[in-house]
Amino acid sequence: MPLDQDPLTDCRRRYWRANAMLMSVLLLLWATVGLGCGVLWADALNAYDLGGFPLGFWFAQQGSIIAFVALILVYALAMNGLDRRYREEAAKITSSEKDS
Amino acid sequence: MDIPGWTLLFVTLSFGLYLFIAWVSRVRDTRGFYVAGRGVPAAANGMATAADWMSAASFISMTGLIATMGYAGGVYLMGWTGGYVLLALLLAPYLRKCGHYTVPDFVGDRYDSNVARFVALTCAIFVSFTYVAGQMRGVGIVFSRFLEVDIDTGVIIGMAIVFVYATLGGMKGITWTQVAQYWVLITAFLIPAIAISIKLTGHSVPQAGFGAELQGTTVTLLGKLNQIHEELGFSSYTEPFLGKWDKINVFCTALALMIGTAGLPHVIVRFYTVRNVRAARWSAFWALLFISMLYLTAPATAAFSRYYMIESLREKSAEELPDWFRSWEKTGLIVWLDGGDKKLQYVGEETPETAGRNEVFRRGKLSAAELAEVKKDHQLWLATKDTEAVRGQDGRVRMRGEKLSGPDPDIIVLATPEMAELASWIIALVAAGGLAAALSTASGLLLVISSSVAHDYYFKMINPKASEAKRLLVGRSVIGVAVVIAGLFGIFPPGFVSQVVAFAFGLAAASFFPAIVLGIFNRRVGTTPAVAGMVAGIGFTATYIIASVYGGMPSWCFGIGPQGIGVVGAAINFAVTLSLAPFFPAPTTRVQNLLTFMREPEADGGDAA
Repeated sequence: MPLDQDPLTDCRRRYWRANAMLMSVLLLLWATVGLGCGVLWADALNAYDLGGFPLGFWFAQQGSIIAFVALILVYALAMNGLDRRYREEAAKITSSEKDS
Repeated sequence: MDIPGWTLLFVTLSFGLYLFIAWVSRVRDTRGFYVAGRGVPAAANGMATAADWMSAASFISMTGLIATMGYAGGVYLMGWTGGYVLLALLLAPYLRKCGHYTVPDFVGDRYDSNVARFVALTCAIFVSFTYVAGQMRGVGIVFSRFLEVDIDTGVIIGMAIVFVYATLGGMKGITWTQVAQYWVLITAFLIPAIAISIKLTGHSVPQAGFGAELQGTTVTLLGKLNQIHEELGFSSYTEPFLGKWDKINVFCTALALMIGTAGLPHVIVRFYTVRNVRAARWSAFWALLFISMLYLTAPATAAFSRYYMIESLREKSAEELPDWFRSWEKTGLIVWLDGGDKKLQYVGEETPETAGRNEVFRRGKLSAAELAEVKKDHQLWLATKDTEAVRGQDGRVRMRGEKLSGPDPDIIVLATPEMAELASWIIALVAAGGLAAALSTASGLLLVISSSVAHDYYFKMINPKASEAKRLLVGRSVIGVAVVIAGLFGIFPPGFVSQVVAFAFGLAAASFFPAIVLGIFNRRVGTTPAVAGMVAGIGFTATYIIASVYGGMPSWCFGIGPQGIGVVGAAINFAVTLSLAPFFPAPTTRVQNLLTFMREPEADGGDAA
């Protein structure tokens, strides 16, 4: 069997692709909230009011930090879940190989 | 009991606790000494990382800087927290998977070269030493402010404590003392913040009080602060991009601090101490959660204290000034030079209406004798200024010339408990908190220095056949010597330290971060392009910083100041490495196997290494 059709390698490749996807989405959010709302659009956002805060100022001093904590939480949950699913799949492949 | 009595009690109790923890967690092997036996639970590692990360500067100075800078103070808040997202997503899990002891160890193995290892360990030692000198000085300053001992005596006491627990317990001792230090410092930070929030807005959650209306009025705190700032000629508190903090500089400085944070070796090594990759991910979350307790509170405290400070000082006569002003005036953190109307004027100096009217200054770099001289000349000038024969000198002009306008930013955290009229034992707790912040960061940095020299240099490059006992002995000796050198830097601070610390992030951003990220995510990058990239990145950044700070070079690169230039340095590093990569040999099979291993999910229960 050629290497790229080995089910375990394929499984591993899908794992890495899912990992890269998750990482890109979270980093995009990181840049949008922290550098976007907190800095690049801060002057425009300051025209809006959020419970006594000008919005751009709130993002720079509170919102971005809250978002960063949430992003790492989502990453830890999703990645550890991805690891678990990979292990289950890999176990299934290994046992079916043994059977055949 | 008075404040020095309480301070002495708290400092003795907390130091006793640190030494007790060190004795309980003493180690017998290098695995315990460098990576705490890889048995630290994720949440405990999060606390240790938080204490490791939050230095004397975060604890004492950052809040004051935000109070002075307003919106632009957000660069520190975003920069020093946003880096953890990069660290958690791009570095920590992969580095933990590899199972090394240090960052230079990873760089050396990934790029399969002792040159790369040596460059990395030199960077690690340089960054750590500049950083640790500031911490030792911080210990001395806290001692001198609260216990009225000499700064140098304070440094020596701090040195002795760190010496005992770092040599005895290595990373294990450091980790568990940092856990205790986290709770000491966060309690000391939160109690005054909550108290002043209740006093001004009636909210017991500072983050809510931050946006709320002032008690008994219908004006919000921030609205009132903006109004006062406008009346007194200070720049607006909430408006972004004023003065030198234009959009590109806020952006680049925040980004440089983020990338730099992710590249600092003393933070990265903390992720080597946990059991497995899953725990590394969780401990990044815990770390930022614990850090955010302080970082979400600091901007609130900054706004409360800024408002309260101005309101309790402006237009007051000598008899009306509050007690906290009197107690901190003695230390020179705040100085009042009256212009003749016997009422204190604290105004901005940028606008034409208020220029030349400010009467509030700080001692800064002047010695006590020099400040006394300025005050004496000023009194003489005040007494004779309306006569024919004017003698002495207007101290305000002198201090303005020295760029010492406004109180020292440190006063915000140090005086908040007194502003909120808290009991004297809480004021003493702040002293213990400041010491915990300084000591925890210092010990983490010292371990990086020790491991770079003893593990990466001695064991990996000089004597690979060294026995376990010998390696442990070398590790302990190096950390002992490093404590002494750091202490000497604290007692005789070299002039460049205070400036370099602020730029250490730019240097870390331009050197480590791109090399590690490409090392993990790019299979094609070999040794030469990576080393060339590191040298180009750090070379450009260091030259730009030195030329603008010492050579007066204008900020020619898109108007980016020296604080933010690390972003450009990192971009250069990435560009050089990636464009050279196709022309040089790809990594060897051994390295390819390491990369494949790193990208695989861990086996159940984690790797034993």
